[in-house]
Amino acid sequence: MASLTPLLETVALTRTFGGLCAVGAVDFRLHRGEIRAIIGPNGAGKTTLVSMICGRIRPTSGRIVFRGRDITQLPAHARVALGIVYTFQVISVFKRLSIYDNVALPAQRRLMRGLRGRLALRGRAVTERVDAVLGEVGLRGAAGRPAASLPYGHQRLLELAMALALEPEMLVLDEPTQGLASDEIAGLSALLRRIAQEATVLLIEHNMQVVLDLSQRVTVMDGGRIIAEGTPREIEANPEVQRVYLGR
Amino acid sequence: MMEGPVAELGPAAAEERRRPVRALHLAILAALLAAQFVASPFQRSLLARIMVLGAYAAGYNVLVGYTGLMSLGHAMFFAAGMYATGLLTYYAGAGAAAAFAAGLAAGVVVSIVVGVIALRTSGVAFLIVTLMFAQVFYLTALYFNRITGGDQGLILAGRLAPLRLGSLEVPFTDPAVRYNLALGVFAACFLLTLWLVRSPVGRVLIAVRENEERTRMLGYNTFAYKLVALVVSGGLSGMAGGGYTLLFSYLGASFASVLFSIYPLLWTLLGGAGTTIGPLVGTAVMTYLLDLASGVTDSYLIVVGVALVLIAIRFPAGIMGTIRARWARWLP
Amino acid sequence: MNIEGQFVLAVLEGLVSGLVLALTALGLSLVFGVMRIVNVAHGEFFMLGAVIAWYVSTASGSFALAVLAAPVLVGAIALSIERFVLRPIHYAPEATIVATIGLLYILEQLVLIVFGPSPRPVAPPFYFRVDFPWFGYSGYKLVVAGLAAALLAATWLIITRTRLGLYMRATQQDREMAQAFGVPVHRIYAAAFSLGAVLAAVAGALVVPVRQAYYLMGLDALLLSFMVVIIGGLGDLRGTLAASLLIGLTDGVVSIFFSPTLARIVASLLVVLVLIARPGGLSGETTQ
Repeated sequence: MASLTPLLETVALTRTFGGLCAVGAVDFRLHRGEIRAIIGPNGAGKTTLVSMICGRIRPTSGRIVFRGRDITQLPAHARVALGIVYTFQVISVFKRLSIYDNVALPAQRRLMRGLRGRLALRGRAVTERVDAVLGEVGLRGAAGRPAASLPYGHQRLLELAMALALEPEMLVLDEPTQGLASDEIAGLSALLRRIAQEATVLLIEHNMQVVLDLSQRVTVMDGGRIIAEGTPREIEANPEVQRVYLGR
Repeated sequence: MMEGPVAELGPAAAEERRRPVRALHLAILAALLAAQFVASPFQRSLLARIMVLGAYAAGYNVLVGYTGLMSLGHAMFFAAGMYATGLLTYYAGAGAAAAFAAGLAAGVVVSIVVGVIALRTSGVAFLIVTLMFAQVFYLTALYFNRITGGDQGLILAGRLAPLRLGSLEVPFTDPAVRYNLALGVFAACFLLTLWLVRSPVGRVLIAVRENEERTRMLGYNTFAYKLVALVVSGGLSGMAGGGYTLLFSYLGASFASVLFSIYPLLWTLLGGAGTTIGPLVGTAVMTYLLDLASGVTDSYLIVVGVALVLIAIRFPAGIMGTIRARWARWLP
Repeated sequence: MNIEGQFVLAVLEGLVSGLVLALTALGLSLVFGVMRIVNVAHGEFFMLGAVIAWYVSTASGSFALAVLAAPVLVGAIALSIERFVLRPIHYAPEATIVATIGLLYILEQLVLIVFGPSPRPVAPPFYFRVDFPWFGYSGYKLVVAGLAAALLAATWLIITRTRLGLYMRATQQDREMAQAFGVPVHRIYAAAFSLGAVLAAVAGALVVPVRQAYYLMGLDALLLSFMVVIIGGLGDLRGTLAASLLIGLTDGVVSIFFSPTLARIVASLLVVLVLIARPGGLSGETTQ
């Protein structure tokens, strides 16, 4: 159940590029255990907002608070250690490395504590973790193959596996169903629902069916601002949202 | 350039393959050890040079082959080691061990200083920054030529106390000493790089090469890892430089020149960037080729040029890279 | 000569070498800008210009012919390099660097074989002295400076007023967009690459009476061109000119009052500073 203190909060978060205001003084709140979707037309500022939360982009002004801690100045890699994990909109697996190595890289991260952990690891520990994660997403048999040999849909699953290997507190997915066939989308949705039992999920989505099926709350953005927030049904019925986005 | 398929770092089955890899590398070192008993004096001397320079190439490979950061300034690390070791011996009469340690330290220090500055850029900018830093180093060595001997250099003969083995005193220039110490320096670099690239840190370096942004978003401080790669690379190069000056009793500014930064690039690419055995193979092949060519013409450096163009157009994976892709995906 | 005189001499020398450097560096900058590649062999085009000018002027007795023939021949060499080396590797950045380093050594060593290791002079085509209160200055050098300035202006006209220049600028801004608009990108690349070589070759040919032709003169030209391009900005004509003059002048002044080596050290460190400080690194694009 959602607790009273938000897991993630942004305070007047703003990002401008030259003269363009991509995100304008956004106050966003996400509670632990939620599955939240962010929707909005292209250029609404969704990816920019989420990139600032993950640390890929620096905000022009404003604050980001995660688990009560101000992380605005924290670099991206340090946020991963706190449990904020991001998957890319464009698939970014390591194409020339094997599937095993793709997952082993994030998997070993948690185990690399101190000098000794960085220099030598029990290979077994990493392998167990990789195996478990690949099993969760359904890619177990393929470990030795290069990632490039996977079909597109499976590469998306691999991305997700890499994110899971980091044991995320908050999983941020940027258009995870893009390019997937409908049966793959159904499989992914089911997987995300399972993941949401352990982690908070924030996803940017264009596929309204997925949004309606999966998310508990929806945030709608347009022109760099949040214009509406509510349950999927409420959002669907909201005339402002219909005008800006769904009506097109 | 580093486009060829990479080694499998380790699905569970590859745990078993670790043993042949270790055995292969030790076998190569054993073969080098044995070679001194069957080779002619000339070949022994050539091999000693190849091994020390191969150590330099191995150091270079850590940064360029495995981490994917092309540098045109590694001569400054080699020369830092060379000057630290050589000048301490020449002017302060330091013993070999202390001087050698100083060479290694010099390589490390210079690479930290350069790295902290240069690693704020990447790609072509990084390439040019390393080139510029190396130029500054070279010009400084020339500027203080009353101390360094400039281009002509200094000869250490007679200033270096001989090696003491029990009751025996053997000068460093003794062929047997030279060969085995060169082998020692190379073996250290060789085994260190093998261990590094198969370690968790090595896996991160390779990931940085493949996709740095992704690696960063998987929780790794990529700046720190690149700096580590540069320091290891520079340190090994400095160690090679210090070793070279002890074993060949000579130091000179030509080892800080642009050409000497291009050599390890050539050796590494020819042998196979991103492979552990590649640097040695490339250094050996090129050194033999250049040796042959210099007997024929004064313009033997044309071999360098032709080799680089051919590698760029037809042969980017290099010798060991091609072998790995075709027959031995398990080679690190 | 008193300080005043030394200073004026330094400034004059700096201006001359700065303008010649601007020609050379502009060639590199054009290639950098339009094709997004580093041509490490660029200095060799400068050297080839000088060496070919030596041959033509020695054989024909006419220096004017040499200054015309050298860039044409070097341009042809550049075209074949673009066709047979750069195109097969698809102008991939790393492969281009490796290949052009190779070409550097091939060209340098070929010239060594044919031309020999010694620097060889060419008499200036005319002698006249321009008298200053402290010294007499070579009239030829002043003519070189003037010619260089004229060529820079001509190149500026080509880039800003001709269709070729428009295509080059379009390709530099956005390659894919230019292609979509029907710009023949491969031919533009060939044109840009050979234009860059021609500029360097003219500069090399012009300085032969002053500096002598030498098979190793390319490396220095390359390093200086790198410095200019980085300080002045990619593909930015005015920046290239400004940076060349800056480097030429500081080189001249520091060389006369301290030492040439020190001048070079300072310039190299300045380049490092600029690369670190500039937010977009090399291409001027802001990353975030």
